[in-house]
Amino acid sequence: MGKLIVLVSCGTGIATSTVVAVEIAEAMQERGLDVETRQCKTAEIPGRVQGVDLIVTTNQFTGDYGIPAITSLAFLTGIGKGPVLDKIEATLREALAKKAK
Amino acid sequence: MANKILELLVPSAVCLRLTATDSQEVINHLSKQLLDAGYVRDTFAKAAMDREKVMPTGLPLSGDVNAAIPHTEIEHVIKCGLALATLEQPVVFHNMVAKDEEVNVRLVFVMALDQPKAQIEMLREIAGVLQRPEVIGKLMEAENYKDIHAALEAA
Repeated sequence: MGKLIVLVSCGTGIATSTVVAVEIAEAMQERGLDVETRQCKTAEIPGRVQGVDLIVTTNQFTGDYGIPAITSLAFLTGIGKGPVLDKIEATLREALAKKAK
Repeated sequence: MANKILELLVPSAVCLRLTATDSQEVINHLSKQLLDAGYVRDTFAKAAMDREKVMPTGLPLSGDVNAAIPHTEIEHVIKCGLALATLEQPVVFHNMVAKDEEVNVRLVFVMALDQPKAQIEMLREIAGVLQRPEVIGKLMEAENYKDIHAALEAA
């Protein structure tokens, strides 16, 4: 079974996405999910979606790549962090179920 | 303890109770301090302001005070450092996730980041501070660098 891949993006690909990537990796590990995070600039998303199970951005994001996408500041501001983690977990479990088929 | 923030905060770039009319003035002022201290190139201020227009960094927080974390590409940075301003009156930044939405900001961290993923601890500490209104309250009340140091050390 392959790892679940989360593509995390922000404006520069070095600042807020770094925080988000680490938080997601840690939280999903605690919830028993094996997750690999990749980082990029939001503008680079189109070229980076191959094999990705979930996109999480800290920027306004439009575009449909047939992959679930979540935009949230919860990892920076703390507001709504629990619900966002629940949503990320649920989305990843769904992706896992699809892979198992 | 917010050790990494303290390690990277440039004392001469801590500007308390600053009076500014807009976000550009704040970014310009803090960038100038980082430039004078040898942390960023003279292109940094413009790059940070340009980026702010396209990809804003305003963060609506849970308390009374909102923050912004302007930063830009590593090519404008000489070495990693952090500038901080508390503002007498709020200035308008735009929301990171909704760029048409205005955020009235009174706490600004300008981040000079010199390599991808290198400053994860500092970035997490900043997020940690932003999530704690009581720490922000102490930063806003600070009158000098010593007060800022004490607030972050106790955070």
